[in-house]
Amino acid sequence: MDAFQWLYSDIVKDHFTNPRNVFDPDRDKDFKPDAEGMVGNIKCGDQMMFMLKIHNDIIADVRWKTYGCASAIASTSMLSETIKGMNIRDAYHIKPADIANRLGGLPENKIHCSVLGDKALRAAIDVYLEQHGRAGEFKGEDAQIICKCLNITDKDIEEAVKQGARDWHSLQEATKIGTVCGSCKTKAEELLHEFGHIYS
Amino acid sequence: MNARYVYMDYNATTPLRPEVRDLMVRMLDVYGNASSMHELGRVARAEIEEARAHVAALIGAQNPSRVYFTSGGSESNNTVFNTMFLIGRNQKRRKIITTSIEHPCVLNSAAHLRDEGFPVVFLPVDKYGRVEMDAYRAELSSDVLLVSVMAANNEIGTIEDIKTIARLAKEQGALVHTDATQAAGKIPVSVEDWGVDYLTLSCHKIYGPKGIGALYVRERAPIEPLIRGGHQEGGVRAGTYNNLGIMGFGEAARLARIELAEYGQNVGRLRAMLRALILERVPNVRINGHPTEVLPNTLNVSFPGAEGESILLSLDLEGIEVSTGSACASGSLDPSHVLMAIGLGPELAHGSIRFSLGKYTTEDDVRYVADTLPPIIARLRRMSTVPAEEIMGEMHTEAAHTEEAE
Repeated sequence: MDAFQWLYSDIVKDHFTNPRNVFDPDRDKDFKPDAEGMVGNIKCGDQMMFMLKIHNDIIADVRWKTYGCASAIASTSMLSETIKGMNIRDAYHIKPADIANRLGGLPENKIHCSVLGDKALRAAIDVYLEQHGRAGEFKGEDAQIICKCLNITDKDIEEAVKQGARDWHSLQEATKIGTVCGSCKTKAEELLHEFGHIYS
Repeated sequence: MNARYVYMDYNATTPLRPEVRDLMVRMLDVYGNASSMHELGRVARAEIEEARAHVAALIGAQNPSRVYFTSGGSESNNTVFNTMFLIGRNQKRRKIITTSIEHPCVLNSAAHLRDEGFPVVFLPVDKYGRVEMDAYRAELSSDVLLVSVMAANNEIGTIEDIKTIARLAKEQGALVHTDATQAAGKIPVSVEDWGVDYLTLSCHKIYGPKGIGALYVRERAPIEPLIRGGHQEGGVRAGTYNNLGIMGFGEAARLARIELAEYGQNVGRLRAMLRALILERVPNVRINGHPTEVLPNTLNVSFPGAEGESILLSLDLEGIEVSTGSACASGSLDPSHVLMAIGLGPELAHGSIRFSLGKYTTEDDVRYVADTLPPIIARLRRMSTVPAEEIMGEMHTEAAHTEEAE
């Protein structure tokens, strides 16, 4: 077994060493994106930025920048390749697990902390929609219900974290999540941790 | 496989040196139980006692019988803290003083005592990683049971002033422990000169086998077994003697002592060369650790704008093996506690690399690293969201120019 593969797949290695569509300060100095989106925080070790050219709701071209580990770079590269030529609505709904699968899998602890590209992409698309008077058009379409008792979704948790919720208590204050049966707490705390990392 | 292979992670572990390997191969059939009275047992016992004398000599211990063999540094450190638990739980003198930059086995042992109700202080360190002596003096009192400070730090190589730390502790009647795992074989270590009661050693850091270490315990210093059983090691550490490990340790210690001065000169020269080449060829870097009170083999460098795991794996693909203080390599979110303790800030700590050189490092190795590293840093910085200059600019001028002030 190749020793490198112990940590990451050959696809990750390929995208890490030879990233696709990465922004090059010299070559791409004339690249004029229609929309940009950035998420993550360098303090947490990962930050990603997407720059999109969009024609008739199709992603015509893309550039990105990433500060982060090998899987952060590889996952952003893979995502950029995936979305070229894609409708922005479909691109908006790509999940971290989709990217991880395309990369031939990632170590479990890397999926949550390093696959932020989809969030940066959504941020860019949101900017684009807003600029075109279509703010929030795709929001909620892919929401997943976490708290079945109160019909609270992952998007609600994400929004609460954006507004400053950082622990179970403050999340409950913001959303009333888990105040009935409480069985969603583990899943909700996972999301809290994940979004907390992205929006810190 | 790469054309070149450069190991620069000697603080993590070292290869078995051929002399030690040869001795271990010769001793493979010395299977006697050193606790047995018959000849085979006595043969093994004689070899073990010779090894003990070599280990004692390496740390300047006059009485070899005060050196107890353990399974390694973690066990030695745990044995000391477990002893403090047993003697401290029923008396007023039970305060533990250690530092925020210790190895996890000391940090977690100290945290365990804190959970058990012991007052525990984790001393801050200055920007070079040296214990803040004013903070230390302020914590000293007749309630202090143990002061435990590492002799040299594994990540940044900073050497602590153990002699002064021990003297101040002794004035209050406290016991003193030092984890010399990284110091032994790299700089002079002397339990007599330093005046410590306990000293931890690990064999695999000095070109010997893994799974063997030692704990020095001064005469009349209290010690309780962590592993109970037979009467081996004077009842301090039960378990059948690890013949091969102990004999390998003895030979590794003997050679380390003989070669100490030569090692310091050679490795120190190569470290200085690597440091100079990195500063010359990579813009916007920061050298971490003390400018002079530092292990001759350890060079810790921050490359803001590039992330540690990405640097590590890029070097790995070129056959260069180093380690990082980045959280991303460990999968947690917090970067190295040592780099944070010296005030680095996550932006710099995430992009830090430890180059630890060793007795087999050559000038060619250093040149290869110095040639390979700059384009890797440049590549990662070009795709980074945050420009290196910006991070460097945010730092205090004083810290940013640590190296220039030397």
